[in-house]
Amino acid sequence: MPKVRKGVEVSIAIADAVAQADTDVIAAYPITPQTHIVEHLSEIVANGELDAEFVPVDSEHSAMSVCCGSSAVGARTFTSTSSQGLALMSEIFFIAAAMRLPMVMALANRSLSSPLSIWNDHTDTMMVRDAGWVHIFVENGQECYDNIFCSYRMSEDPEVRLPVAINLDGFILTHMIEPIEYEDDETIRKYLPPFTMINALHPDNPVSMGCFGMPEIYTETQMNREHGIRNSYPVILKAWDEWGKLTGRYYRPVETYRADDAEYCIVTMGSYGETAMEVVDTLRAEGEKVGVVKIRLWRPFPYDEIRAALLGKKSLVVIDRAISFGGPGGPVASELRSALYQKKGAPTIVNYVAGLAGRDVSRKDFRNIILEGKEKARRGETEGFTLYGLRG
Amino acid sequence: MAKPMDQITWRELEVGAVVVEVGNAMEYETGSWRSERPVVNREQCIKCGVCWLFCPDVCIVRAPEGHFEANLTYCKGCGICAKECPVGCITMISEEE
Repeated sequence: MPKVRKGVEVSIAIADAVAQADTDVIAAYPITPQTHIVEHLSEIVANGELDAEFVPVDSEHSAMSVCCGSSAVGARTFTSTSSQGLALMSEIFFIAAAMRLPMVMALANRSLSSPLSIWNDHTDTMMVRDAGWVHIFVENGQECYDNIFCSYRMSEDPEVRLPVAINLDGFILTHMIEPIEYEDDETIRKYLPPFTMINALHPDNPVSMGCFGMPEIYTETQMNREHGIRNSYPVILKAWDEWGKLTGRYYRPVETYRADDAEYCIVTMGSYGETAMEVVDTLRAEGEKVGVVKIRLWRPFPYDEIRAALLGKKSLVVIDRAISFGGPGGPVASELRSALYQKKGAPTIVNYVAGLAGRDVSRKDFRNIILEGKEKARRGETEGFTLYGLRG
Repeated sequence: MAKPMDQITWRELEVGAVVVEVGNAMEYETGSWRSERPVVNREQCIKCGVCWLFCPDVCIVRAPEGHFEANLTYCKGCGICAKECPVGCITMISEEE
């Protein structure tokens, strides 16, 4: 593959990136809106363009089980899923992180049933928020393509050894045709050399994985795990930094747009960042001192960068795409309230939940949310959350 | 194990709590779970090894004379050996007796 810029569906670009990354094993079960990714990968493998095992499993539970097995022997492993598929694989999803098995998942975010819906929000990924995977949110097709390579680098680093999920909004990104810049194979090889798994399963060096843990040792294993994901932070920064040096496209855990001199900010995760920036440009022209803060790295949560970006602002309007029922409302707002609580210069936080199961959130809606949110913050209406666009 | 399980610190664990020491299940003496123990009648035993094959704990060992007996340090007293013995030479005896 030469360096080329082409118009391509984002799902196809992800599959092409997985192939360029010289992935060894792909195990997946088709589910909307992820299907095109693995469908295209199965074609690439069947055509002999990638020397990999494509395992068409009988369920997502099996998909994640195969991924754990292949990762345990040191094979570069990829899978992809959405919504109910993620729910079905959740048992093994947690185990992959606990056993520190490197792999990359393209998680095409979709709402959870019921009612049955195939459309986009973040309810599926929030279900597995605490599993111990690294979670990255991407905003457009280029970021999807780039982060396949970056994620493998993070995941396979001997200091990290964790599974990484790339969260991309279902349909909004998966089914979008965009101009995407492909890097040449040589650049990829340089950035992502073959990896060696320490303590891999091998007959010459027998080890046991996923053992029974008595009360005397379970606590220690969990701290080992917590330490692992916290320690991944500098490796994640380095992986993005080196990618930036090679390609000119840099990524940060928290990215801001016109936020430095802003009095208040709108906070988003995922593809909504693009719309937010457009609306902020319009509002800026009207004299509103508003900026955008986009959280790219959701786990490990980037506390320092969040505080650096947000302390000193008057208020924040946080858009969530999921509800923690009977709890704090939106998970992102909840996390921000916790990260900023009792810090000097902590802004007032107003939380909106919007765009559930693919309900369109247009520029007009963003404008309403930003201006209405600013007023709510001024009036001190910070309790709970507002379900934007709710009838009745 | 280099250290007893209740003394290992979290920093001493391998990444992912992988156990790299082969056969350290030997350190875990499960015989204390037992409420009944298997007793072999050597007169009846035909030295076939079916009990050795079926024991889920791999705790049955062959005695020098060719008979099979459970290592009571590990035997949990499940009784599978007594159930499977083709000549019925293994009896489960209550530990309370």
